[in-house]
Amino acid sequence: MSENAANRSVDDLVPIFFMGKRYMVPSSLTIQKALEYAGYQHVRGCGCRGGICGACGTVYRDPDSYRLQVGLACQTVVESGMHLMILPYYPGNRAEFDIDEMQGTGGEVAALYPEIFKCIGCNACTQACPMDIDVMHYMAQAIRGDIKGVAETSFDCIMCGLCASRCPAEEVQFNVAILSRRLNARHLTPRAKHLEKQVERVAAGEFEESLRELMGKSTDDLKQLYRDREAEPQMTEDDWKPQDARYV
Amino acid sequence: MPYPESIRALIEKVEKTRPARVERKKRDQEFPALKLEERDPVLRNFHPDFIEGTRREIKIGPSKGYSISNEMVDLLEAKSRVNPDLVNLDKPDYETDVLVIGAGGAGTAAAILAAENGARVLIATKLRHGDANTMMAEGGIQAADKVGKDSPYFHYLDILGGGHFANDPELVYTMVSNAPDALRWLEGLGASFSKFEDGTMKTMHGGGTSRKRMHYAADITGAEIMRTIRDEARNHTDMIDVVEFCPAVEIVLDDAGRCAGAILYNLETGEYSFARASAVIIATGGSGRLHIQDFMTTNHYGATADGIVMAYRAGVPISFLHTVQYHPTGVVFPEQAEGILITEKFRGAGANVLNVHGEQFVYEREPRDVEAACIIRECSPKGRGNGVPTPTGKFGVWLDSPMIDMLKGEGTVLKEFPGKHILFRRFGIDISKEPMLIHPTLHYQNGGLDINSTCETNVPGLYAAGEVAGGIHGENRLMGNSLLDVIVFGRIAGAAAAAYSEATGEIGRPTLEHVRKYNEELKTAGVGADRIAPMLLPDYSNPEVREKQLSKDYFGTLS
Repeated sequence: MSENAANRSVDDLVPIFFMGKRYMVPSSLTIQKALEYAGYQHVRGCGCRGGICGACGTVYRDPDSYRLQVGLACQTVVESGMHLMILPYYPGNRAEFDIDEMQGTGGEVAALYPEIFKCIGCNACTQACPMDIDVMHYMAQAIRGDIKGVAETSFDCIMCGLCASRCPAEEVQFNVAILSRRLNARHLTPRAKHLEKQVERVAAGEFEESLRELMGKSTDDLKQLYRDREAEPQMTEDDWKPQDARYV
Repeated sequence: MPYPESIRALIEKVEKTRPARVERKKRDQEFPALKLEERDPVLRNFHPDFIEGTRREIKIGPSKGYSISNEMVDLLEAKSRVNPDLVNLDKPDYETDVLVIGAGGAGTAAAILAAENGARVLIATKLRHGDANTMMAEGGIQAADKVGKDSPYFHYLDILGGGHFANDPELVYTMVSNAPDALRWLEGLGASFSKFEDGTMKTMHGGGTSRKRMHYAADITGAEIMRTIRDEARNHTDMIDVVEFCPAVEIVLDDAGRCAGAILYNLETGEYSFARASAVIIATGGSGRLHIQDFMTTNHYGATADGIVMAYRAGVPISFLHTVQYHPTGVVFPEQAEGILITEKFRGAGANVLNVHGEQFVYEREPRDVEAACIIRECSPKGRGNGVPTPTGKFGVWLDSPMIDMLKGEGTVLKEFPGKHILFRRFGIDISKEPMLIHPTLHYQNGGLDINSTCETNVPGLYAAGEVAGGIHGENRLMGNSLLDVIVFGRIAGAAAAAYSEATGEIGRPTLEHVRKYNEELKTAGVGADRIAPMLLPDYSNPEVREKQLSKDYFGTLS
């Protein structure tokens, strides 16, 4: 298969230590593919293979350093001599809530996650984030009750759990973050009025007749309507209006 | 590792033509789109669906005689993972009202709606909750909600044009009519859509759209929707249970031919168990990991068509699987990112597609099949041979992302495409300054299980929603309609399954007789003796290592 790790050239093998065990792998591969080259068929610790799902948060260390580094196994290219482990799951606390009943205040977040005040500002979470999010900053925003700030700072979070794994205060930053994003989007951002209006119009059956008419048309008639349909130009602003307003 | 010198030299050609292209774009002077009648020859000559010898007829089952890709037929002509005689159905290991198989967008939406309608729900999923193509969808979700310029009428027309007018009209009608409400539901759950100050949703064009109706959350729309609805499902632990790393491998029927649950397989302990349910929703997603015609894929690790295999054995026909969607723009270089999706939103935002000479050869917002075929034609030696050679011996074309900052202001790429910006930054490439090298990549299973507009299959109590179902998108799906599909039909399936479950009451004696029969049919047809399905996970492990796994088929204390 196109993705098969064994189809690579093997003239440049380097050693890696996966959970302490040594394997020789091609130096151009990501950690994920290198392990497959070594013979693994991943079950845990492998998801989208594209850096967005958070299944393969990885902690590693170069041989000549005491410092721990982080990355995603699907995105990080192997380094000779690296020691690594993949963290496929983290048992973080999660609070249940009813978003309809909330208002989006800092107090609500603090009530669900009172441990945010235990943050000691050590910055280990930020250093552990494979998405380069300033995690400590958004935890500070959460403490201040700046929910919109948390939402914006944490937007790229993939919920891999590496931040929580390094936290001496046992915070579950990623759950504080998604709660804040949801509260911000739901309660602190104006709702889309056009959406509400269109939902009402659909419910009132305003498009029923025109849609049923389309459904009854022959393919040739549909093709003609398709060819003739008026296209909104690329560079216009949101207030563009079509010439033919019959069906809108 | 930044672009090597050989590539840098070719980028200069792109930079040379860029100012003039930007000026034309600003004046809305687009490269001419193909006329409807010009699409066909390009598709026939260059789209992978039309390559001879890549398909064959299925020899058994409810859609016997239907010709689809060899890789899919291999799975349908394969034995069950379980010997029906060894499975004890007398004592269920799980009992629930609604069993949802798969925990992506459709499955999660279905679970929430089923629970809201009073059903106890069990979600069984192969990997983690949210491990799905939904998570990886980037560009947006369509809904005709801009009052005064758009309506379900135009959404319907665009979908049919993209799908070659072959779509199931009732399913399209259902999707476009429910689209605004689906968006409003997500907004109410707290999904962070990109909005103007007053709350108006930002919308843009996608391939084949006549109106700007692509709503988005930066360039991680699918991830934003997935993580939001997953989080909401986790607020209902009283009604929704989730078992991860436990894919379903067979549907169980009762003696009256109704759905009675499924057999689950614990990937970690190796045990099989029986989950009894009066309604089952199949939401297992797509099949990119079959690597049809050896194409690289944008799909999730678990996209292996499991639901199609199970439901087909239980008697559900399939349609529209003769077409497969190749996304026009997957990364072809750097190698570490090979196959990864580059959202169509880049082209929606104005980025041109260019050949090795830095010249346009295709309108960048053709429907996906047409766009992909034109790119393959440009790269192929049998076509025009104007592809950009990569250091890895492949060919691609440029996607000129730096244009976007020039059109919409410095910093737009960083702001609107943070996910892709960070991906390329890891390789030392700044996509707001340098273009990306792309090639079509296996992306979407256009067809699937036959359903009606309430997501029912022909098996009572068995529902399907999302990518696993067929008919909505006809022979080619447009961008932004799969996120919409999973939400609209996921919700419909959840509500319908809950109502069915309540109305049905006791189910009859559970049986795997249909599996036994299917195995016999295989034998009679003389096919599939050496294959089992569903495949569950692709195997990219090193064949040299596999050859040395000498005791892997033995039973004992170590296998």
